[in-house]
Amino acid sequence: MQDEPKPDELVKAVADFLRNDITPQLSGHAAFKLRVAINALDLVTRQLTLEGASDASEAASLSALLGTTGSLNELNQILAARIASGEADLDTPGVKDHLWQTTLAKLAVDQPNYAAYQRELKK
Amino acid sequence: MSAASVAELLARSAVAWCPGATGVASATRLSGGASQETWSFDITHPDGAIGAILRRAPPGYGAAPGRAAGLDAEAVLMQLAHDAGVPSPKVLHVLGPDEDLGTGFIMQRVAGETIPRKILRDDEFAQARPKLAQQCGGILAGIHGLDIAALPQLRRMTAAIEISDIAREIEGFNWPRPVFALALRWLRDHDPGPSERVTLVHGDFRHGNLMIGPDGVCAVLDWELAHIGDPMEDLGWICVNSWRFGAIDKPVGGFGAYEDLFAAYEAASGIKVDAECVKFWEVMGTLRWGVMCVGMMQRFRLGPDHSMERAMIGRRSSETEIDLLRLLAPRA
Repeated sequence: MQDEPKPDELVKAVADFLRNDITPQLSGHAAFKLRVAINALDLVTRQLTLEGASDASEAASLSALLGTTGSLNELNQILAARIASGEADLDTPGVKDHLWQTTLAKLAVDQPNYAAYQRELKK
Repeated sequence: MSAASVAELLARSAVAWCPGATGVASATRLSGGASQETWSFDITHPDGAIGAILRRAPPGYGAAPGRAAGLDAEAVLMQLAHDAGVPSPKVLHVLGPDEDLGTGFIMQRVAGETIPRKILRDDEFAQARPKLAQQCGGILAGIHGLDIAALPQLRRMTAAIEISDIAREIEGFNWPRPVFALALRWLRDHDPGPSERVTLVHGDFRHGNLMIGPDGVCAVLDWELAHIGDPMEDLGWICVNSWRFGAIDKPVGGFGAYEDLFAAYEAASGIKVDAECVKFWEVMGTLRWGVMCVGMMQRFRLGPDHSMERAMIGRRSSETEIDLLRLLAPRA
């Protein structure tokens, strides 16, 4: 067992340092690159915080939808193949809701400020 | 190649084709990857400096990859567009093989802004914004009205070819994406078939490639993805949510309504716009951009461009997934 602090705590501390202490010292292209770097670290923090719960509910939803078990990658391959073949579509019970829930979970990590995501959260 | 040696070659070139030119100044590289470069410079002239832009593939990078029309074709298209009244920089010179600058062309430098957030938010463009969707409709009608017989050699695209290209790329990702599968299936089920009208298609008509001034569009740039195909593709592409930059209730580039774009297009071309067909191309464009985001992540992995920006663009593909769901499976 690895000791604390946890990875998300460490990454967040580095991101906060760059944001608060280094950003004011840079300008131009270096400032732009730093902003991208901070965005990347913030994304990693969100993923470390949120991924466990969202993966678990995605796996449960996929198993119920497909009637089988497997890794997330395997289950998603089966779902994608069924949609491609037409065996599953938006009228198949659970499919539409599953696609929405998993996509919202991705946006929560990737781009929580994306306007379309913010709009859907209010629904 | 260093800025000094590019400037020296440009000076020799300008003196040869621009009567009265004495040299060049302020040669600065603007952007581009290894295979394509953009330079800004001034041609010094007794009547006053002439602002110019060089677009070139350096020596050794001649052949256009995959989807690109090629710089020679781009130069011809820009000139044809300019002559037909489409706002487009005047092409001043096409590079010859003896100039040692590679392949490409030199065009007039047009003043204006291409950064979407400024165009959509700054006061300077407040007067322009309400006009932009109509202007885009008129300009696209002009581009689609160019005489097809006069065009250089371009790839011929149909919805079916585009669908199979995208399908092949998604397959190559080796990473399951049920929402992309849903969109691909929808596109296959809704393919309108070969278009009755086949015209020049700009192929990348969106923010970033539109130079905007206080009165609206002053130049259409970057004809790299031009091809022959269904003109409705251009109308769909500029409505893709990724190009609205947060102004999601204004489908045309974040500045206008579908109706404004369509009405201006119809007035200028005399051809009725089929909104369903535009939606088809909007879905195609959204999926295409999502696939391009994943492609950039793959190039990040393979190198040589191991940049954070490229890696982070890979994480923007999920934006297109929510956009696809909003188009194809909207929630109450």
